[in-house]
Parts: sequence; structure tokens; C-alpha cells
Amino acid sequence: MRLTDDERRMRDGEQGEAVAAAMDLLIRYGEVLGAERLVDTDNVCGANIFGPRQMQLCGHAGPDAVFSEFSLDSPEPVEIPPMRAQSYQLIGPMDTQHWQVQGLSQEAHDAIEESESYSARHGIHLMNTCTPYQVGNVPVKGEHCAWMESSAVVYVNSVLGARTNVEGRESAAAAMLTGKIPYWGYHLAENRFGSHLVEVAEPVRDSLDWGLLGYYVGEQVQEGVPVLDGIAEVPNLVKLKHFGAAAASSGGVEMYHIPGTTVEARSVEEAFGPRRPLQTLRYGERERRLTYEQLNSTAQDTDVDLVMIGCPHATLSQIRDVCRLVEGRKVHPDSALWVFTPRAIRQVAEQNGYARILRDAGALLMSDTCPAIGQFLPKGTRVIATDSAKQVHYLPAIMKVQGWFGSTEECVQSALTGRWQGELR
Amino acid sequence: MTAAGTTITLRGRGLVGGVTEGEALVTRDSISGWGGIEPTGGRIIESRHELAGQSFRDRVLVFPAAKGSSGWSGMFHMSRLAGSAPKAMIFNYMNTKIALGVVVTRVPAVTDLDQDPLDVIETGDWVRVDADNGLVVVTRGGAVVTRTGGQS
Repeated sequence: MRLTDDERRMRDGEQGEAVAAAMDLLIRYGEVLGAERLVDTDNVCGANIFGPRQMQLCGHAGPDAVFSEFSLDSPEPVEIPPMRAQSYQLIGPMDTQHWQVQGLSQEAHDAIEESESYSARHGIHLMNTCTPYQVGNVPVKGEHCAWMESSAVVYVNSVLGARTNVEGRESAAAAMLTGKIPYWGYHLAENRFGSHLVEVAEPVRDSLDWGLLGYYVGEQVQEGVPVLDGIAEVPNLVKLKHFGAAAASSGGVEMYHIPGTTVEARSVEEAFGPRRPLQTLRYGERERRLTYEQLNSTAQDTDVDLVMIGCPHATLSQIRDVCRLVEGRKVHPDSALWVFTPRAIRQVAEQNGYARILRDAGALLMSDTCPAIGQFLPKGTRVIATDSAKQVHYLPAIMKVQGWFGSTEECVQSALTGRWQGELR
Repeated sequence: MTAAGTTITLRGRGLVGGVTEGEALVTRDSISGWGGIEPTGGRIIESRHELAGQSFRDRVLVFPAAKGSSGWSGMFHMSRLAGSAPKAMIFNYMNTKIALGVVVTRVPAVTDLDQDPLDVIETGDWVRVDADNGLVVVTRGGAVVTRTGGQS
């Protein structure tokens, strides 16, 4: 890989051991990728909040040692300076308000809190969400970024035209310290054109429809760049959030085009540019039904122990939708309703009275984390329900539970009645 | 199908250096890291994965690609620290998840092979991975011929 003079100086330790370790990692990583060079970035989203497990694996050698090993792949502990690039913390392991509901011990709480303040001291913005694009980090078209979180990457690449690959913890942390990331993949214009044409023959209206379509498309195209043709209704942030998250779970979609809606394609022709579709897929009634059945394949029992809303983290509009369904009613005593959102949005939800409506109904508005990332559920949970294709893809595998997938309304109803009655309409 | 004991050599691009050998674990399904594996035991946990429940610990993992969450590298990094990493990785499709994953797992890794490893290698074959030279030597049906050391 070709290095500039400043990159070589970083590698050689001019800016200290941590920056040198970060540059060493970027070089090893860039060479495996086959990247020709690095590119400057000043917009990095990563995940550097650690708990007791990581501290133990580092022999309790302190936060610099944990950051060195887990964030920089440096077995040698190095002293970590403030981050050079604008850096943002993604979703983390703990809700600082409801950590006891998560079942965390005081020791775990203190360790995570200490890790958060370590990140803050190093200049990492504690947004603590998988959706930075809804709380102030909205990259512009063409902006080179280094983001983790597959659902956020696919959103900012496709909807906004930012340029990032799906980074991992170590590459994102190295980018935070150096302001550099391999110039590869979706940083290059020629890799952003469509690869598969998806003829959407079935109406795609609510966020359930978008989740189904995303899950189908991801499974079919895997790492491809799908181009959706036949979308009649303009979607919105919530729908595209569900679509991308689903496509990045069943497959590895990091970029898609909806001609006329997403920023880099006004037409199908423009979406494919010089490429020709490798394959044309048709999404019709049958594909929709099969996808629905796949997503519900882990569930049999209709007694629902937990309903999870907010994967990726809920917007204010989604919180209000839940409020409208629960206002004046109560969550069933054998069930629970948890809504997850960024910390900043919970603040507004408090101001707006939404948080109170949820509390009065016996539901919980949580922030900063989710059951899959934090690995927690109400005690004894066997069956969950969610309106997120992504969450129902991951949570049953991670937490060994059954998972129902349905519309937001069906999910919230099941929390109120304690029973799943969803069906594909 | 070739007879047990026959060896086949594949040539490709070594990514992370080193030489090792072990029993192959082969899948045609892409692998999710975060939410797809449990790093302490090195087990695949994705519900509909054809290897669900099986462990890659100390085996040569042969698979098409890395998919899913950006936590891929973090999970395989953790499996190394927990002593449950695969012995080597052989795959077809390059992306950032697998690139960073092989870097932090620090085991020999090879890609861009001159024959599709998914067609050539079967679970249970004995595989020697020489990532310094981009070579993969497959012994059909296990370690009857080459198991003479070096696999410790």
C-alpha cells in the first residue's frame, strides 16, 4: 500500500505508540483488502465501551490496555491520546438509567460507566446509538466516513450518499486515532453502481413490508448492490431504516438504490451506470410470504414474554406510534414492552410526555443499548415479539428464545394481551 | 470424488502469514460474526445456518464469505483471546468484515484460490495451509498421509 509522508511518520511513531499501532493495523488491514492507499476521514463511528468480560481477558490491566487489545489489536498496552478525528460511540452494552432492569451487577455497571467516561475523556461523542444519522451525525454526499454498524452504513451510503464500508471495532478505532481508513470498496465511485435488479411486484407500504423486502433482498443478493424498481410510494426514514437493517442481516448489503428516492440514482439506468445487472429478481406475493415464514420460523408458542420495539433505535415518530396504541391501557402482567431509542431522543420523549405515557402503561423506554447487544431479557423470557426483521434474525440465536415478527401494531397488541395473534395481511 | 489419501494443491493469495494444518470444516453458507458465533466455544449459532451448533475451534474453516453485523472482527478477535479461534481460514469473497477479521484473529488465511475451495474441500479432509506462499494442500478423508507433525 502506498503511504503518504504523514502516514509514514505516524507508522514510525512520530505521534506516539498508539497512533503507530493504529497505523500498523490500518496497513495490515489495507493490504489484506488489496487497497492501494488510505483516505482521510473526519467522521468515524465505532464501539469502544467495554465491560467486565473484556477487562478480565486483559488481566485487569486498566483501560488503556483494554483499548489497546480490543480496539487496536495491540497486545502491548499503549497510552491512548485524544482521538484525532471526530468520533462517535455507537450502541453500547448499558442503559445508564435502567441498568438494573438489564440484570447488571453493580460491578458491571461501574466498569461500563468507567469505560464510557474513558471514551468521553478521549473525545468520543457518547451518542450511544445504532442510528447516529437521527441524532446529528448526518454525513453529506461524497463524505468519506469510517462507520461500524451495518444498518447505519447501508443507510448513510444509500440514502445520503456518504462513502463508507462496514468497518469493525479495530479499524474504526484506528481511524479515530489517525483520521485515515483504507480507500477501498464503497469509497470508490465505480463500486457503488447496482449489481442486481429487483422488480418489486408487490405493494410495499408500511415498515413491516419494508422489513420483509429487505430481508428477502439481502438473502438473494448477499453482498450485492440491489436496485429496487417498482416502488410506488416514497418511503421515509423509518421504512428505509428497517429495509437496510434487514438486508444487512440476511445478507451483507452495504449499498442499494431506489431510483428517484436515494441520492445517487435518478433512474434505473443511472443506478447501474456502466454495469449490467448480474441477475433480475422478482419480489411478488410468494416471495413476501416465504420471507414472512422464514422470519417467524423460530416461534411456536403464542404466549409473548417480551415485545421489543426499536431495532434499529426508534425515532420519535415510532415512539409516538407506540404511545397511541398503549395510551390508557396496560401491558399484560405476564408480558413486557420495551422500546429502545437513542439517549438524545429519550430526552425529547420525556419532554413530550411520551415517556410518561409509556410508563403509565407499564412499558419501558430504554436507551443506549438493546437486548441483542447487551444480551439481556426479562427473567424467564421464552418468547419475544418484534417489528424488526433484524432483531428477530439475531435475538433468537443469541438468547435462545423464540421470536415472532409482525407489524408494530401486532407487536404492541401482543404485549397488551400477552398473546401473539399476528398474521400476514 | 477422489480416493482417501489423495492430495490436491490449491494456489491463491496468502493474507495473514504462517503455516498450519488441521481438519476442515466446510460450509457453503456465509458466516455472521456478531450474532452468528459464540466466541467462547467457537460455535456457530445462527438459527438457519447449516453449521448451527458446530464449533470451528482448532479446525480449518472453509467458507464463502463474512456477512452481517460489523461486530464480525470483534467476535473472532474475542474467540482468539478465548482460545477458540479456527486454526486457519480459507474463503472466496473479500470484504471489510473478513479482511479485518483475519487480521485480528491472527491465523493463517488464504483467498483467491485457483479452484473453488468449496468444491474441492470437504468437512473432515486434512488441510495444510501455507499462507506465506498462498498454498492449500488438501488430503482427502483426513490425515492418513500427512499427519506427521506440525499440527500441535
